Amino acid sequence: MDFTLPPLPIAAIPMSAYLILSAILFGLGICGFLFRRNLITVFMSIELMLNAVNLSFVAFSHQMKQADGQIYSFFVMVVAAAEAAVGLAIILTVFKNRETLEVDEVDNLKL
Amino acid sequence: MAESQQLWLIPALPLLGFLINSTVGRKMSKQFVSFIAIASVVASFLWVAKTLNALGALEQPHVEHYFTWIASGTFSVGFDFSIDRLTSIMLLVVTGIGSLIHIYATGYMAHEGGYYRFFAYLNLFMFFMLILVLAANFLLLFVGWEGVGLCSYLLIGFYFLEKFAGDAGKKAFIVNRVGDFGFSLAMFLVFINFGSLDFGTVFGKAATLQPEHSAGMITAICLLLLVGAAGKSAQIPLYVWLPDAMAGPTPVSALIHAATMVTAGVYMVCRSSSLFNNAPIAMETVAIVGTATAFFAATMGLAQNDIKKVFAYSTVSQLGYMFLGAGVGAYSAGIFHVVTHAFFKALLFLGAGSVIMACHHEQDMRWYGGLRKKIPVTFGTLCCAWVAIAGIPPFSGYHSKDAILLAAYEHARPLFWIGALTAAMTAFYVSRAMFLTFFGEYRGPNPHADHGHGGHDDHAHGDDHAAHGHADHAHKDHGHGHGHQEIKESPAVMTIPLVILALLSLGGGFFNIPDWLEPVLGSSHAEHDPTAVAVLYATFILGIGLAYVMYVLSPGLPDKLASTFKGLHTLIYNKYFVDEVYDVTIIHPITEGSRYFLWKGVDAGLIDGAVNGAGSVSRWIGGGLRQLQGGNIRSYATWVVAGAVFVVVAMSVWGGVR
Repeated sequence: MDFTLPPLPIAAIPMSAYLILSAILFGLGICGFLFRRNLITVFMSIELMLNAVNLSFVAFSHQMKQADGQIYSFFVMVVAAAEAAVGLAIILTVFKNRETLEVDEVDNLKL
Repeated sequence: MAESQQLWLIPALPLLGFLINSTVGRKMSKQFVSFIAIASVVASFLWVAKTLNALGALEQPHVEHYFTWIASGTFSVGFDFSIDRLTSIMLLVVTGIGSLIHIYATGYMAHEGGYYRFFAYLNLFMFFMLILVLAANFLLLFVGWEGVGLCSYLLIGFYFLEKFAGDAGKKAFIVNRVGDFGFSLAMFLVFINFGSLDFGTVFGKAATLQPEHSAGMITAICLLLLVGAAGKSAQIPLYVWLPDAMAGPTPVSALIHAATMVTAGVYMVCRSSSLFNNAPIAMETVAIVGTATAFFAATMGLAQNDIKKVFAYSTVSQLGYMFLGAGVGAYSAGIFHVVTHAFFKALLFLGAGSVIMACHHEQDMRWYGGLRKKIPVTFGTLCCAWVAIAGIPPFSGYHSKDAILLAAYEHARPLFWIGALTAAMTAFYVSRAMFLTFFGEYRGPNPHADHGHGGHDDHAHGDDHAAHGHADHAHKDHGHGHGHQEIKESPAVMTIPLVILALLSLGGGFFNIPDWLEPVLGSSHAEHDPTAVAVLYATFILGIGLAYVMYVLSPGLPDKLASTFKGLHTLIYNKYFVDEVYDVTIIHPITEGSRYFLWKGVDAGLIDGAVNGAGSVSRWIGGGLRQLQGGNIRSYATWVVAGAVFVVVAMSVWGGVR
């Protein structure tokens, strides 16, 4: 597989910066996932985590001059799109039935 | 090999009869059921006759191989039948007597419920008995052996609504299991030692065995075979089931528990004679067991009041003679006695059945008396059996019993003397039964006879009819109100078999069976020692004379004697309390042990405890784990994150990814 990426103007930015940003985004995603109460916000936090991972994929792809990471990030986007479709449908149904989006009030699935 | 004689037809015909009667017999008329049952057995008898006629002198065994039944490694068992001279005799006895008893039974059972069931079982019995006799290897013999045991159980418990009949059936079955256990072990040892279960192979190897080699093993095999034979042929200590087996209908007693099945043990011992010849210790044991059984059973027979019980103990005693014959090496004399005993004991039982029927199902001899004018044919035929079993020359019992006792005389004097004493007792108890039944004045009917015979009667009660949809056949002509009916002779269908058996009992001794069997079982010609012969003449004169004095001349004498020797009489009357002793030493420990150890200890404690324990541990763990699933989504999320963190930490600490 012989192809090279064209040089980018941001090439000067070091690898570590991408990883640190990715980690910060991922940490924010986790925090939102754990601490927010609105279902939609929780959902967006998940998307944030997915995209944090995507960022590190792309960064490594660039660093290593291989396309694998970018291909993976497309996979993640496809999965995220599918998840958004299903997840939003679930959220809509929950709201229709209970008129609330508070995660703590959606607790009927228990023993 | 000679051309095939289609031996399989011999057992297959009764099997066919069984299949027809057991499937459609219930809806068919009694005539149809009787026809199928009798025709199948008579056809089998005719096929035996034709086969034996075609085979001629049978110098060599005629073996037919049908298919390989079991093949596993070096173990191979074929479905093989064979006929040699021993088999030929057994075949004739089984099918011949079987036919007569089937014919008789159509008369005897005419008013009983479960008619088709009775004849189906009887045909099934014939099938298994013929398999047993024809089998060419131990395993196939065992199939027949177990099969006749099953039929015996079914027919003893024929009146299964009576508790005693069911109990007697179970007793027979369980006691036989003890014997079968010994037989199975013997088969295993035979296979280990000879590498085969085929009679031809095993006995061929046994005949060429060096005595010093494996003497202990052969003795063990023979002793275990003896255990098996003792179970089936009712020898000490396993005889206890046979007297109780009289709970079955009388034709069953005659066919299974006198003439055929109980002689299977003798047949098996004689069949294995080349093994026993290599095991002198086992031979001695057989002789001693036989003598002891003959003696003790005869003493028990002295004081019984139930006519069938007398003949039952007599059967046990006569089987003891057969074992004595086999044990002293006179196998052919033993088989000779099997044959003559089949004649006269079948006759005794069938005659007893005729008497019982005439007296409206009264079996207690104390309520008989003076019947000889009322049922003359039964009386005449029973007299033939009487002279045969008592050993009066030249009738059949004399020839066979004396062949055995003379062989015992040469072999061991004590066995002869005990045997002779037993012969005197035999003559006595049969004469007693005859005198009580046919002589003197009619003493009946039994005033207490309202179905309260303490478990010895032979009724089919109304319940039995109803249970089988034969309520319309309710027994109008017997049962209640015994005293008001006259005593009349049995129908011809019953008396004709009696007459044929009577002729056989009288003349059966002239069949020269020991000579015919000599190539198979060896010679058993004993010197006719004058002393021994004189003693044997003395025995029957003594026995019959004593019975005549006690039961005809001075009828008060037996009671006086009984009160004089009160202890002895009680002991004999209660059959030495053997049943009670078994009850205390074996049955009670087993039932109590089962209840308190196996049931309450092992089952309820250990097994149930383990199962319940597994259940409650799961419940306990589950109770803890269900706290995790609280329905709170953010707590789930926390667990997910915590898990992920744990995985990452673990991988960095223990080094999944560098």
